[in-house]
Amino acid sequence: MSPRRARSGGLIDRGRAISFTFDGKAYTGHAGDTLASALLANGVTLFGRSFKYHRPRGVYTAGVDEPNALVTVLKDGVREPNIPATLLEIHDGLEADSQNRFPSLDFDLNAVNQLGGPLFSAGFYYKTFMGPVMGPLKGTRFWMFCEHFIRRAAGLGRAGYEKDPARYERMNAFCDVLVIGSGPAGLMAAEAAALAGKRVILAEQEPRLGGTANWSGETIGGVSAADWAEAMAEKLAAMDNVRLLARTTVWGYYDGNNLAALERVADHLATAPRGLPRHRHWSIRAAKVVLATGALERPIVFPGNDRPGVMLAGAAMRYANEFGVLPGERIAVFTNNDSAYRAAAALRKAGAAIVAIIDVRQDISAAARKLAEEAGVAPLTGHAVVGTAGKRLAKISAQRFDAATGRLSGDVRPIEVDCLAVSGGWSPAIHLASQAGGSPVWDEKLSAFLPPEPTQDWLGAGALTGAATTAEALSAGRRAGSAAVGAEAPSSALPEAASPTLDPFPAPVFEIKAKGKAFVDLQHDVTADDIRLAHREGFVSVEHLKRYTTLGMATDQGKTSNVPGLAIMAEARGLPIDRVGATRFRPPFAPVSIGSLAAETHRHLKPDRLTPMHDWHVERGGRMMPAGLWHRPMIYGELGETVEQAYIREAAAVRRSVGICDVSTLGKIAVKGPDAAEFLDRVYTNVFSTLPIGKARYGLMLREDGIVLDDGTTWRLGEHDFLMTTTTANAGKVMQHLEYLLDIVWPELRVHLTSVTDQWAGASVAGPNARKVLEACITGTGLDDAALPFMGIVHGAIDDVPVMICRLSFSGELAYEVYCGAGHGLHVWEALVEAGAPYGIVPYGLEALGTLRIEKGHVTGAEMDGRTTARDLYLDWMLSKKKPFVGSALMDREGLIDRNRIRLVGLISLDGQPLGGGAHIVEKGSLDDLGASIGHVTAFCYSPALQKYIGLALVKGGKARHGTRAFVSDPLRRRFGPVEIVSHHFFDPEGRRMHG
Amino acid sequence: MAEYSALALIRNAFSGNRDWKPAWRKPDPKPAYDVIIIGGGHGLATAYYLAKEHGITNVAVLEKGWLGSGNIGRNTTIVRSNYLLPESIRFYDFSVKMWENLSHELNYNVMFSQRGILNLAHSPAQADDYIRRGNAMLHGGGDAEWLTPAEIARKVPGVDVSGSARFPVVGGLLQPRAGTARHDAVAWGYARAADRRGVDIIENCEVVGFLREGDRIIGVSTTRGEIRAGKVGVAVAGSTSRLLKLAGIEQFPIESHVLQAFVSESIKPYVDCVVTFGGGHLYMSQSDKGGLVFGGDLDGYNSYAQRGNLPLVEEVMSEFVAMFPAVARLRLLRSWGGVMDMSMDGSPIIAKGPLPGMYLNCGWCYGGFKATPASGFSFAWTIAKDEPHPINAPYTLSRFERGIIIDEKGQGPTPKLH
Amino acid sequence: MLISCPYCGPRDLSEFSYQGDASRMRPDAASTDIKAWHDYVYNRPNPAGPHREYWQHTAGCRAHLIVTRDTLTHEIHEVTFARAALRAVGGRP
Repeated sequence: MSPRRARSGGLIDRGRAISFTFDGKAYTGHAGDTLASALLANGVTLFGRSFKYHRPRGVYTAGVDEPNALVTVLKDGVREPNIPATLLEIHDGLEADSQNRFPSLDFDLNAVNQLGGPLFSAGFYYKTFMGPVMGPLKGTRFWMFCEHFIRRAAGLGRAGYEKDPARYERMNAFCDVLVIGSGPAGLMAAEAAALAGKRVILAEQEPRLGGTANWSGETIGGVSAADWAEAMAEKLAAMDNVRLLARTTVWGYYDGNNLAALERVADHLATAPRGLPRHRHWSIRAAKVVLATGALERPIVFPGNDRPGVMLAGAAMRYANEFGVLPGERIAVFTNNDSAYRAAAALRKAGAAIVAIIDVRQDISAAARKLAEEAGVAPLTGHAVVGTAGKRLAKISAQRFDAATGRLSGDVRPIEVDCLAVSGGWSPAIHLASQAGGSPVWDEKLSAFLPPEPTQDWLGAGALTGAATTAEALSAGRRAGSAAVGAEAPSSALPEAASPTLDPFPAPVFEIKAKGKAFVDLQHDVTADDIRLAHREGFVSVEHLKRYTTLGMATDQGKTSNVPGLAIMAEARGLPIDRVGATRFRPPFAPVSIGSLAAETHRHLKPDRLTPMHDWHVERGGRMMPAGLWHRPMIYGELGETVEQAYIREAAAVRRSVGICDVSTLGKIAVKGPDAAEFLDRVYTNVFSTLPIGKARYGLMLREDGIVLDDGTTWRLGEHDFLMTTTTANAGKVMQHLEYLLDIVWPELRVHLTSVTDQWAGASVAGPNARKVLEACITGTGLDDAALPFMGIVHGAIDDVPVMICRLSFSGELAYEVYCGAGHGLHVWEALVEAGAPYGIVPYGLEALGTLRIEKGHVTGAEMDGRTTARDLYLDWMLSKKKPFVGSALMDREGLIDRNRIRLVGLISLDGQPLGGGAHIVEKGSLDDLGASIGHVTAFCYSPALQKYIGLALVKGGKARHGTRAFVSDPLRRRFGPVEIVSHHFFDPEGRRMHG
Repeated sequence: MAEYSALALIRNAFSGNRDWKPAWRKPDPKPAYDVIIIGGGHGLATAYYLAKEHGITNVAVLEKGWLGSGNIGRNTTIVRSNYLLPESIRFYDFSVKMWENLSHELNYNVMFSQRGILNLAHSPAQADDYIRRGNAMLHGGGDAEWLTPAEIARKVPGVDVSGSARFPVVGGLLQPRAGTARHDAVAWGYARAADRRGVDIIENCEVVGFLREGDRIIGVSTTRGEIRAGKVGVAVAGSTSRLLKLAGIEQFPIESHVLQAFVSESIKPYVDCVVTFGGGHLYMSQSDKGGLVFGGDLDGYNSYAQRGNLPLVEEVMSEFVAMFPAVARLRLLRSWGGVMDMSMDGSPIIAKGPLPGMYLNCGWCYGGFKATPASGFSFAWTIAKDEPHPINAPYTLSRFERGIIIDEKGQGPTPKLH
Repeated sequence: MLISCPYCGPRDLSEFSYQGDASRMRPDAASTDIKAWHDYVYNRPNPAGPHREYWQHTAGCRAHLIVTRDTLTHEIHEVTFARAALRAVGGRP
């Protein structure tokens, strides 16, 4: 038997031993133990080191509010830092390490920080480390030097860089009532709502449903409270309309009664069954919420209150009752309220000696006295603990105390103990209520904040709303559950709860002022003196207090320190506590694994868009690159080829004979309806209503502010039937733009828009032999100039697949875009490649496509970057003067027609070196003396047609600089060289080839 | 001797830290001032520079809540000048230079740490874009470096540079002089320094109306009474439209949007520089306390509520894990929301007007924190001299009507996209 | 936030795209009044309180909706189809 395990009692499974390690040392516990209870049972009292002073710390609570006992869990080959030992269920093979200590937990060198005590007062770092004003350490250097060491000393656990192998899952759930918390109030609420036939979800953060029933030691309905809770849980589990979520923390209350919860599905298992996620993120939509989140105990602040062995009284009681563990053998209790007397009695019953009950109050209730008798000790009333001693708690000292004045008097009385159970009263767990409500309401008698008025649809019940006894909680829970579903309360009698009639009101004592460091925020080492210093320096509002001292900013988010901290500030200011203000709670209530929130998108942030010919490209050596969400071939590399060699080969082949390129990714929108032509006239800068059926036209679109939005060709397939194409990148944006205009600006237009991007596969066949290739495989149509003139459209079939062909050219060559149903895309593509074989048809990728378009001076996204006008791109010939269009009103504002704007030009490299996308253009300068930028390179390539490196650029003044020299300046990549500024129409400016 | 120094700390440690003075006084408002600045964020810096640079000390800063409760205390603390357009580079680089000496200037450690900012690029087109920006920075007198994926892997272990990433990293733009500062310290440092020069910092003083003489603004009425002033500066970020409505200006090129920010639990040093993800919109750094501080896009709808919603939380976490797969095992500790004054081109407005006697500083979108020194400096200049300093001359209100827009992202007048 | 699309029913925020203020008045297409165009494109009332705004149900029926929502509380008061509503008033919000 472990040294601190009680002989009997507790809900653990004593028949099942579990072995685990802590800091490499092997221990055993039982099924049902947390790491905290199991280590306590093994006599371990030292759990961790504090944030700032690296003081030794023990376990302080038994739940989600734990500030001290944080460990790193080693599992699945990765590290998970900062897990409270109080929430960590042990399993066979569990490995946990203490943290924030060097070299070991027992002996931590950084504990030297304690010597600097008063130096490291609140906010000390704002007052120093600024370094000299002059010299080599001026500016930020000295601070950064100091910061290096501060950063290493700070932080808690160490995280790893290895990919988390775990799987996370996301669930959407809908219910009529979400009950949060499964204590007596929550169980009753869930039952009442469920009996009314409503869909109920009951969420409990602990593994076992029942909340306080599991450790209160009371009886409910004539059986032990724990048994009652178990029976209730079984009853609810058997109902079809109830979903029970244990190990599930509801952490966020978002708009529209959307609650977020984290279910720890597999953390407690040695090995998770296949398919089970580690965590599950729940997004729950609840018509109503019942908050039965209970209350959290808070400490009294006194010197030495952080020594391992000091813990909250409720936690000590819970270890005894739920886990059968004695946190000490000689235990003292220190309290300002009656609840701790129950802890004393329970600990005594479990086998510990209660050596003292020290109560700040002079008078205590009869019920408390009776409990003290059960604990076998006469309470030392009107006294307070003023100090502690021992590396692990060995001794406390008490002194006479006047609760009204806070004054200490008389002799200091030493008492030998190994555990001190402290209670400073209870704070309702209003966190979720505060997320979905106004300002919390201070209750003077309870010395606690009660939940605020709801701003969303919830009801509170139980200790959250100040219920003092289990009986009250049971009836409030049932009332809330019924009210939540608008039903009558069940007619059955309420189960009877037997609990002592304790005084529910604590004495308003929050701090014992005596000599020594008294900690308010244990994890962040914020002392009562720090709070008073903040006050002296004017950081008096609750938010300033938090930020200046870091009170309540640690991983426990101040669950135990919030109210004592406020109380100390209130006293310093001479104000009532509620005038100091209340902290507003924000999500999450308790830390949430980031992996669970990323859930299924984890390794697949955005969908992959693949064209029907994707596999073909990959098989033919296509090197795929991202283009928005699409994957497109950059080049089809042959053995030993560089990227540049490949695209030059591909582009040259197009100019020489014929090439084929997958253009399926172009945005395609079917624009149909009697007003379709009118609609296009309004959205394009040029006229489409005059376009004959069977012809296509290049169109330009502006935004309302007169900046270029997109370009593309639109094909008239019928009187009321157009097929618009957009650039790949802007397909979605243009679709939304058009839908907006149609729904909102011109709702009277009879037009219907359908995105058909994914419905059509497209191949561009380009080059002098393009027509011959098509003629070799097409049936049902002629392709000569008469049948298919430039910008003409015909329908036919390739290998029995219906196709639509438009003769248009991005490359400047004779070229055709062949479209077919996406399902036939690969088939038609292969037929075209086969037909092209006699002409040496070459598939070409984005690089060659870019090269061909640069040679022609066609613009794409790099030039239409959301800042350029039609004039900047010398597309003003497309701005119709005959009609208004989107953008026409604002496109002529002075800033948009300024002569000095950067405008499109061509560049020729004069030193035979590449230009580099993103390089700038300067009139003079060098890499050592950068000149003023007059523009930048938007695209470049080696032009096989010109046998030179060329590029497109946006340069101040544009055309006016044609024929002049400048320099390309790319200091980021250390490139500088001479260029000639020329027209962007490099190749065949008259367009003879594509018309030919 | 400086009020704050290592020596002062030691001396005070021996006297039980009892002699520290309040960081700033808590005066009641006087009936009149030469200048009133509404807003205790950039307004604090403005007041400080009014006093220091222009000798105007009869100044009050009015803050409706506790000092620093606005966006100056709600941001992700990034300081950088990695901009594309010359106007922006000039302004923000000016600001970074001021940051470099700010702790000395204020005798307050604002903890500006130049650990750099790294923008990850995930496609050749994005790389070109970032290279264009880096070159613009260098030509504008700033600093920038281009890193290869291998260099990125060395500098920021944990970033997914594998080819199997959904958005593989092709390179990254580093600005070494960028970094982070302690946001609260900036508010407190400016407040204290302005206070020491005679500026009245008045908290819990909400402006509920403007005092006017014809068109001219001659003061404000507040929850603490009427206060007159020769000049009234408005620097209230997300509340700009609400304030201007009190002055009868019913519409303005600003929308208020909510932006969420997040911090993980504290861990030992994990990442040194600020890293941004180009496959979506995410920025992260590690605070000196050890928390990973990060944020993403706006929630994307007009809002004055300092609370965001769940879908955005999930989106941000997804991007975070995509960039840094190991953080899946870490835990989110806190989230909060701020209300951003999103302008129509993504750039601020620092100008005289729109009414006589009024001066306006707004439109910071979610980039206001890093601008604090330059914003305060140039706003003070504009107020004192009735004309802009060269660095804020482009940030006029008339630029929208005149089409001289400064659109870093090229998104057009769609504030949710800036 | 949950938006009740009149066509698809109540759906999560993440299915919708925000399209901004619904009180803006687009000048007549042929108007050359730059001031009016400037107001339409750049100026916003940006109220703190009820706000009429457009949302597109992009991951659903793709219709634009006019949503009346409180910018202080995010509470949604009313949702209608934009096109039908605007048609009824001759295209003027």
